[in-house]
Amino acid sequence: MRTRLHRFDLKGSPYLYITPFFALFGVFGLLPLAYTALLSTTAWSPRRPGSEDSSVGLGNYQDLLGDENFHNALINTFGIGLLSTVPQLLLALGIAHLLNYRLRGRLFFRMGVLVPYITSVAAVALIFNQIFARDFGLLNWLLQPFTGDTPIDWRASTLASWVAVSVMVTWHWTGYNALIYLAAMQTIPYELYESAAIDGASRWRQFWHITIPSLRPTIIFTVIVSTIGALQLFAEPFLFDTTRNNNGGSERQFQTVVLYLYQQFWSNGQYGYGAAIAWTLFLITVVIALINFLLVRRIRSTE
Amino acid sequence: MTVTEPVPKPARRPRADVHRARWPAYTALGAIVLLSVFPLYWSIVVSSRDQSAVGRYPPPLVPGGSLWDNLSAAYEQGNFGIALANSTIVAGTITASVVFTSTLAGFAFAKLRFRGRNALFTVVVATMLVPPQLSIVPLYIMVTQWFGWANDLRGVIVPTLVSAFGVFFMRQYLTSAVPGELLEAGRADGASTFRMYWNIVLPIARPGAAVLGLLTFIMYWNDLFWPLILLNTQNPTVQVAIANTSSGIEVDYSLVLAGTVIATFPMLIVFLLLGRQIIGGIMQGAVKG
Repeated sequence: MRTRLHRFDLKGSPYLYITPFFALFGVFGLLPLAYTALLSTTAWSPRRPGSEDSSVGLGNYQDLLGDENFHNALINTFGIGLLSTVPQLLLALGIAHLLNYRLRGRLFFRMGVLVPYITSVAAVALIFNQIFARDFGLLNWLLQPFTGDTPIDWRASTLASWVAVSVMVTWHWTGYNALIYLAAMQTIPYELYESAAIDGASRWRQFWHITIPSLRPTIIFTVIVSTIGALQLFAEPFLFDTTRNNNGGSERQFQTVVLYLYQQFWSNGQYGYGAAIAWTLFLITVVIALINFLLVRRIRSTE
Repeated sequence: MTVTEPVPKPARRPRADVHRARWPAYTALGAIVLLSVFPLYWSIVVSSRDQSAVGRYPPPLVPGGSLWDNLSAAYEQGNFGIALANSTIVAGTITASVVFTSTLAGFAFAKLRFRGRNALFTVVVATMLVPPQLSIVPLYIMVTQWFGWANDLRGVIVPTLVSAFGVFFMRQYLTSAVPGELLEAGRADGASTFRMYWNIVLPIARPGAAVLGLLTFIMYWNDLFWPLILLNTQNPTVQVAIANTSSGIEVDYSLVLAGTVIATFPMLIVFLLLGRQIIGGIMQGAVKG
C-alpha cells in the first residue's frame, strides 16, 4: 500500500499540479478558440432569432475578402504598427544604452522611464486626446510657430491620426522595452569592451559591433512581441474617436482590425462575421510569427 | 501585499556598465524621464482647472485650484466608488489565482519528471502567442448565455484565473532558484512531493511569486477590453469608468482627466513603493525569456 502510494506520488502527482491551469485554460482558452472557428461559419446574430444554426460555410470569409472596410482596417493596423514599433524599439535601444552607463540615481531613472508602462492604456489614450486636440491642444500650441493659423486636425487625416495613435503606443511601451534591452546588455561580458577599447574602437563602434550583435535574440523577441501587440491594437483608436461610434474617425482613418471586430460584433451584432474577423486575424498573427521565425533562422544560418 | 525579500540577483557577471556616465548622458536621460512623466503631470494640471481654462491659449502649465472639486465631481459621476472596489476585487482575485496556479504548475514543469512534460510545456508557451481578444465572441456567448454572468464580476474574473505567462515565468524562476540537491535530500528523507512543495519550494518561490503577482495585478487593474464588453456603466471597473467619462456630446476634459488621475494614482503609489521589485521582475523575465 505504502509503495503504491509512493508510486502514485512519483508518477501521478505532477499531473495534479498542472491540472488547475490546464482545466481552466481548456474551458476559457482552447474551447473558445475552437468555438470561434465554428461560429465563423454561421450567420448568427442575436438580432435574428434562430440564426445561430444558419450555416454559411466559408461565406463570411469570402465576404471578408471583398470587404473594403476590412482591407482599410488591415492597412491602418499595419501602418500604425510600423509607425509605432520601429521608433519605439530604436528609442528603447538608445535609452537602454544610456541606462547601462554607471549612473548615480540609477533606480530613479529606471523608475522614471517605466512610469508610462504603469499607466493604463485607457488613461494614456484620454490624456493624449487632450494633448492632440485640434483646438487648444497642447501640441498644436507648441507647433503654432510652424503651422501658423491652420492647426493640425489630428483626427481628420489618415497620416496625422496614425501619428497620434503611434505616439500613444510609443509613449506607453518604450520604457518597458528599454528595460528588457538593459537586462540583456548587462549580460554582455565586460572583457569584450575592454579588448575592443585596447584595439582602439570608439564607443560608437563598440556599440555597433559588440552591443547590437549580442542583443540580437532579445531584439528579435521584442520585435515579435510588439508586432503581435500592434496587431491587437484597440483601446487607443477606440478612445481617440470621441464620437465613440467605433468607426475610427469619420472616414475610418484609424479603425484597426480589432476595433472593426468590436464594431461588427458589438455595435452591429454580427457574431458570425465577427468570429471570421477574429480567426483571420489569428491566421495573420501565426503567419507573421512564422515569417519572423524563418527570417531569424536565415539570419542565423548566414553567419 | 508586502515584499520583504529582494529579488535574488542572477549570478554576478562582469558588467558592461563600467563606463561612467557624463553630463550628456544625464541630460538625455533627464529629458526622457521628463517626457515619460509629463503626460501624467499634465493630467493633474487639467484636472485642477475648470473647463474654460482648458479651452484657452496658451494652455495652462501649472495646476490650478479646482483639483479636489473636479476629483470629487468625477468620482460621483463615474461611479468611481464602485469602480475602485470592483477593480480591487477583480485584480486581487485574478492575482491570487494566477500566482497559486502558476506556482503549482511551474513547480511541476521545473522540478518533476512526468510523461508528456515537454509537450505540455510547449503548449503553454505556444498559447502565449494567442491573443485573448480573438476569442471574444464565443467567450461573450459562453459567459453571458451559458453561465449567465452578464454584468457580473465573475464573468470578468473567471476566464482569466490562469495565465500561460505565469506558468512560464514561475517555471523559469523555480528551475534556477530551487537546488535539485535539496529536493533529492527531501526525497531520501521520505518526504512526499506535496511536502517538498510546501516546505521547500514555496518559501523559495516567494520573491518570484511576489513579482508575478505585482505584474498580474497591474495588468488586470489596467485591462479595458473585456470588462468594457461585460460590465455596464452602473457597475464598472476603473478603466471602464474613465472610458465612460469621455463618451457623450459635450466632453468635459477636466473631469475626464480627473478620472484618469483616480484610475492611475493607486497604481503609481504601488509602483513608488515596490518599483525596485517590478523593475527586477521585468528584467529578470527578459533575461531568461
